[in-house]
Amino acid sequence: MNEQVTQAKLTAADFATDQEVRWCPGCGDYAILKAVRTVLAEVGARRENTVFVSGIGCSSRFPYYIDTYGFHTIHGRAPAVATGMLLANPDLDVWIITGDGDGLSIGGNHLLHILRRNLNCQILLFNNETYGLTKGQYSPTSHLATRSPSSPGGSIDNPVDPASFALGCGARFVARGVDTQIGQLTEVLKAAYHHEGAAFVEIFQNCIVFNEDVFDGFTAKSNVAEHQLQVEPGKPLVYGADDSRGLVFDAAALGLRTAELGSDSEADVLVHDPANYNLATALARMNNPEFPMATGVLYDNPGPVYAAAADQSGSDGNARSLMDAMRAGFSWKVAGKEQ
Amino acid sequence: MNIAEGSASPEGNTVETVVVRFAGDSGDGIQVIGSQLGLASAMSENDLGTFPEYPSEVRAPVGTTYGVSAYQVHFGGRPIKTIGDEADMLVALNPAALTTNLDILKKGGTVLVDAGTFSERNLEKAGYKASPLEDGTLDGYRVMAPDISKLTLESVADLSLNRKASLRCKNFWALGLVYWMYGRDRQPTIAWLNRKFAGNPDVAKANIAALNAGHAYGETVEATAQEVARIEPAPGIYSFVTGYEALAWGLATAAELANRKLVFSSYPITPASPLLHTLARLSDTGVTTFQAEDEIAATCAAIGASFTGGLGVTSSSGPGIALKQEAMSLAVSAELPLIIVNTQRAGPSTGMPTKTEQSDLNQALYGRHGESPLAVLAAGSPAECFEMAIEAARIALTYMTPVILLSDGFVANSSSPWILPDIDALPRINVANHTDAESFNPFERDPETLARSWAIPGTPGCEHRIGGIEKDYATGHISYEPENHQKMTDVRSGKIAGIAKTIPPLEPDQGPPEGDLAIVGWGSTYGPISRAVNNLRARNYRVSHIHLRHLRPFAPNQDELLAAFSYVLVPEMNTGQLAGLLRSEGFGNVESLSKMTGRPFQVSEIEEAVLSRLESSDE
Ligand SMILES: Cc1ncc(C[n+]2csc(CCOP(=O)(O)OP(=O)(O)O)c2C)c(N)n1
Ligand code: SF4
Ligand SMILES: [Mg+2]
Repeated sequence: MNEQVTQAKLTAADFATDQEVRWCPGCGDYAILKAVRTVLAEVGARRENTVFVSGIGCSSRFPYYIDTYGFHTIHGRAPAVATGMLLANPDLDVWIITGDGDGLSIGGNHLLHILRRNLNCQILLFNNETYGLTKGQYSPTSHLATRSPSSPGGSIDNPVDPASFALGCGARFVARGVDTQIGQLTEVLKAAYHHEGAAFVEIFQNCIVFNEDVFDGFTAKSNVAEHQLQVEPGKPLVYGADDSRGLVFDAAALGLRTAELGSDSEADVLVHDPANYNLATALARMNNPEFPMATGVLYDNPGPVYAAAADQSGSDGNARSLMDAMRAGFSWKVAGKEQ
Repeated sequence: MNIAEGSASPEGNTVETVVVRFAGDSGDGIQVIGSQLGLASAMSENDLGTFPEYPSEVRAPVGTTYGVSAYQVHFGGRPIKTIGDEADMLVALNPAALTTNLDILKKGGTVLVDAGTFSERNLEKAGYKASPLEDGTLDGYRVMAPDISKLTLESVADLSLNRKASLRCKNFWALGLVYWMYGRDRQPTIAWLNRKFAGNPDVAKANIAALNAGHAYGETVEATAQEVARIEPAPGIYSFVTGYEALAWGLATAAELANRKLVFSSYPITPASPLLHTLARLSDTGVTTFQAEDEIAATCAAIGASFTGGLGVTSSSGPGIALKQEAMSLAVSAELPLIIVNTQRAGPSTGMPTKTEQSDLNQALYGRHGESPLAVLAAGSPAECFEMAIEAARIALTYMTPVILLSDGFVANSSSPWILPDIDALPRINVANHTDAESFNPFERDPETLARSWAIPGTPGCEHRIGGIEKDYATGHISYEPENHQKMTDVRSGKIAGIAKTIPPLEPDQGPPEGDLAIVGWGSTYGPISRAVNNLRARNYRVSHIHLRHLRPFAPNQDELLAAFSYVLVPEMNTGQLAGLLRSEGFGNVESLSKMTGRPFQVSEIEEAVLSRLESSDE
């Protein structure tokens, strides 16, 4: 805790706290924790300038396990707390940790606004399609007919897709990662860290207790090749054993279509351009199993950052003293009577 | 009954104070001329108080009763603490304004109407069957009914304005006449018009011409002009401030005194928004304002700013304050400074947004969840809004606690002349952040204040994690230990109770510190109570006025002071919330005087309540 602070490069272990990690054994959160510590070390983050802010949920316990500044706030409100932090000190490196319930149910409004305002921060949404902490009720990302204590007959709410939501809100960086795909996850997190503005990362996280293997359709070792498309900038959007399948533009449907590369023309396979909003939306919208699930950085197209502009709003930018400002309104002087 | 309020003094044609009420359609420019009369009076060595009343509709149809806007000015030659129970003069620019405001004009008072607007159609819209100018409605008043519309058009005929723009000057015509009647100098208003319409000199000229024409009309028809007594104002640089302006200045000043960045975050709501607007215009002085997506976010952003070392402030009115409750408990648990300003309005629910009330005291004291003690303050006048904003910051920063500052629609919108403070002469709020990595523990407490140690992001070696989960008393780590929760609960409430040690002793605002009857108030009842007690004491009634600025904790000697009176009367614009609190603290002889009409107390209502109690007692 108390060693001299030097600019020496920190290791992943330097970001661990003395707190015992309290997630269920086998929970996907452990892998994400490890990936984040690794990324912090690799990008050369400074502990004193880094803040982890979370809401409430299993995922939101995260800040206790990272040796930086941390604030475990209230359910759904971490983006709002983080906004205040960045207003007070835009130089901080702020990471928001949220869950599918925290970020898209009770806190959906705040997530919308932090994304559209484009505050400079990283937002990691741990999607386990369940309310883990409150013992497994269905969540806003649970697929239809999810059986849970509060939906014994199967859920009837249409789920929301976090990446599509973020893109709709105006996010300038949207990515997906998987708890068990550490290599890709660390790359995605690094890209999020280097993005100027709000960077949104949905992480498919296995809740071993209440929703075990819910993402197996595209994350199980045997399914990754056929059911997941790991996008990379400038690379063709291909997947399948030996990259035998790819995405092509379907002009009639104004959308994407999968194609067998042997039979269709290979030249038509789309190449990933993270600055292309329409492509990003189409990728985010692909539902598995009809389509492969797209993971990696779907969209990365920086725009004006909020906090930098906040101080200039409403003024011409010239600093005034408060006393001068008070006197600038209509004022008059009453002189003391001469004795 | 009100021997002095707005009435003539014995000597000749000099009156001590005057109450003028302007009323007209929301498009008539009533607020503008009202504040001009205020300004002209302040510059004529008068003290004064003003209060605007807006219609709740943004643009109500012309001529309707619900589209009437009004502005009352009370000025004169002694300290003015109220807007006056009754008007000496009513200026009604259309029939709807007359019918909705006549009850405020005192019998024998002067009513000035624009006869040009008393068309059949306008009369009908106002609900008049016959013209009140002819059917005896105005018997007993001094009536002046020139065709102001026509006279205004004539006065600006030389200028190249169209009819509509010309007619828009009639408010200044009426103001000119009022200036003549009360001997006001036109120069400040002329200067103001020239400045305001610098880019449109014809409009400035037209309004000035109308002002002069109204003034000349008074002279020509020999309308009775009255001399108004003057006061000798204390030397200083004055401005004319509303409660919300003074509160905004107070918050910005407090941040400067504490050498911290003010982060003010709020979501618009009547009547709290003007605070946001005022602070937004101060961004070039270092103030940061943030219009959040809702009141929850506004509170959370303020908390985030405080976590980061700023002075986080949030503001709203009743319904919005209700939304802030959960986050306020987070600030209690995480022990972070936070100021929550509640500009109260009439509730419940949407209630009457533009009308005033003091009904959120219980919410402030007992809201939130769990045992969530925090400090509660109230401001009773525009000037006090400035002082209490600084006091709120002092307590929040010194004790690492949320503080609720109660204002209301009345105190926020009232205005009075105010000596601009010399910020450099004010005591600084010295609260240092912890920077020594060797000795840091976020929940180590100052033995004197019980405030926890505050280290902010950016400080090497002081990295720490906090949150809303119960913390171990010694280490600040998560703890569910039974004994520890007891201890932390006691510390949190002990910390708030301990604030009392730094609150100056409570003294009566008027009257001796003991006796038969004390009128105890808080917040915006200050003016009416003060004037009522002043009047009663002038008539040798033994009454004292005690006004509470600290509602949690109370001033350290409050129990003792109240116990020195046999009887306590508490006027409140609620159903008796402070009275109930005093009773629960063990005071037996506490009676509530409740008013729930959306309007402030009149001086006479308080006087009558006191007299009826004194008469029924054994004296
Ligand atoms: C205001 C409020 N409402 C409800 C709760 C209870 N609650 C805590 S966490 C949670 C859901 C968390 O789900 P998610 O965000 O998906 O996190 P996970 O536990 O799955 O990581 C709920 C409903 C609360 N703490 N606060
Ligand atoms: S309940 Fe699920 S999400 Fe929560 S810690 Fe256990 S496995 Fe992880
Ligand atoms: Mg979840």
